[in-house]
Amino acid sequence: MAFEFEKPILELEEKIGELEKYAVKNKLDLTKEISFLEKKVTDKKDEIYNNLTPWQRVEIARYIKRPTTLEYIDAVFDDFIEFFGDRVYSDDAAVVGGIATYKGSPVTIIGHQRGRDTKDNIKRNFGMAHPDGYRKALRLMKQADKFNRPVICLIDTKGAYPGRAAEERGQSESIARNLVEMAGLKVPVISIVIGEGGSGGALALGVCNRLLMLENATYSVISPEGAASILFKDASLKEIAAESLKITANDLKSLGIADEVIREPQGGAHNDRDAVYRSLDETLEKHLDELSTLDRDALMENRYQKYMDIGIYEEQS
Amino acid sequence: MLKDLFSKLNKKVNETDSNDGTFENSASIMTKCPNCKKILYSKELYKRLNVCTNCNHHLPISSTERMEALMDEGTFTILFEEVTSANPLEFPNYESKLEKDKQKTGLNEAVVCAEGEIEGTRAVVAIMDSRFRMGSMGSAVGEKLARSFSHATERGLPVIVFTASGGARMQEGIVSLMQMAKVSVAIEKHNQAGLLYIAYMTNPTTGGVSASFASVGDINLAETGALIGFAGRRVIEETIKEKLPDDFQTAEFLLKHGQLDRVVDRNDMKDYLGKILRMHSGV
Repeated sequence: MAFEFEKPILELEEKIGELEKYAVKNKLDLTKEISFLEKKVTDKKDEIYNNLTPWQRVEIARYIKRPTTLEYIDAVFDDFIEFFGDRVYSDDAAVVGGIATYKGSPVTIIGHQRGRDTKDNIKRNFGMAHPDGYRKALRLMKQADKFNRPVICLIDTKGAYPGRAAEERGQSESIARNLVEMAGLKVPVISIVIGEGGSGGALALGVCNRLLMLENATYSVISPEGAASILFKDASLKEIAAESLKITANDLKSLGIADEVIREPQGGAHNDRDAVYRSLDETLEKHLDELSTLDRDALMENRYQKYMDIGIYEEQS
Repeated sequence: MLKDLFSKLNKKVNETDSNDGTFENSASIMTKCPNCKKILYSKELYKRLNVCTNCNHHLPISSTERMEALMDEGTFTILFEEVTSANPLEFPNYESKLEKDKQKTGLNEAVVCAEGEIEGTRAVVAIMDSRFRMGSMGSAVGEKLARSFSHATERGLPVIVFTASGGARMQEGIVSLMQMAKVSVAIEKHNQAGLLYIAYMTNPTTGGVSASFASVGDINLAETGALIGFAGRRVIEETIKEKLPDDFQTAEFLLKHGQLDRVVDRNDMKDYLGKILRMHSGV
């Protein structure tokens, strides 16, 4: 159990453990009592996990044990070869990418890479990229475009890194460049939010034909903490901000921004990795199949139309 | 008697440190430059497009004033005025904030779009106005900008966007973030048609606007002294635990770091744009 909101489940499970011990020690038959409590655990889980608040999903999306980009690549794709560097300044480990085969065909995969522990997080800069990361991503996308293979992007970042060097090397331009260049790609582009989709740094891998989101992933213009402190002048109102900002996969689906929500095992992807790899695989294959019927120009047109249709405004006639 | 005159004068000095920054209806005779503190004739300042005659500090200018200063007289028509903001996420208090800014500025959104001539060359021009919701980009701003590019693509015209924005409009959440992508796909269409896009960054250009259409002109210009950057200064200082230099994220800083084609004084704006447009117009 990883989260505060799971405490009631933990308490029931502890009770079961105690009863089991007590039964053995005193040679009693407590099967009935135990199975009653087990039923209660199942009910409690349903109650909690089927009614996760947006903030609870943020906690799940950020969880250190949640599968990361490299783990999805390893589980879902074959023959992955990682490629490094932006050819300009450095290799940014907060973004990974390369080529692999998927169902027998070559694809380019790019993703934000969070650390899997503290040491890894320092190397990966907590998945917050510098311009070098976005430029590496763009280089790999253009390579994919030349060799006519689909681009699959896995989004998992708090946002672009707010640092001095990042600004000096053109953080804004690197993100902006990706947006327009992705608009012009003539291969299928599928972006999947697997964890946190943090603002411009997420969008830099997100101009796509299909946007898919894991059930507990979030995608937001600003972190709930940031919105709470700016809009409500009180960072502790992050739960309300998370609610108001409409950041969950289901919210994005209803707003017509996400195309499909990928089911996660109960309680989150970390509870059953194989299950989440399978469901991501199935959903990805379906969307890639659908896009494979479009020619190069139609793919670009399809992406153009997808974004031109996003927006809710008024128009006086 | 002399004393009297000064006190009278002082009463009429327009203190421009407030963010409002427009002078068109200003009745005051004198204006104090917030940078060099010199008292200037408002009339002179207005003639110089709100640029201090003493220290060249660029004071704020409204979108309306800029439009009039830039476009050839009688040649331009305002576009897409019918597009205004809704409240897509039903975000608390958003509508009343919009209403307040409409009253305050006389604008109905944070960008004004037009088609017209600059020194005889036709172009589509969009000017953001930071007095309206900090120039932030929601659905209406995104739609007006995307339409400006589409309009120009259909007619084979260049586009100039004057950016002035705090970034995405948070009250529209993810829908506002997606406007960055929306304007980008429209820019790419315009780009593939071989047409010219000039991004002209004015004070301030930050966040999601800086990280999208502001930075991807065929030519990127910025106005003297403008603040331009992705992350806020305070956020960066807190992250890196280091004090940043005074000129950090100014137009001049960006020029030094290779992010801009040129820094332009406001009073040279029309001249530069006219020339650039002319050099791209004859095929």
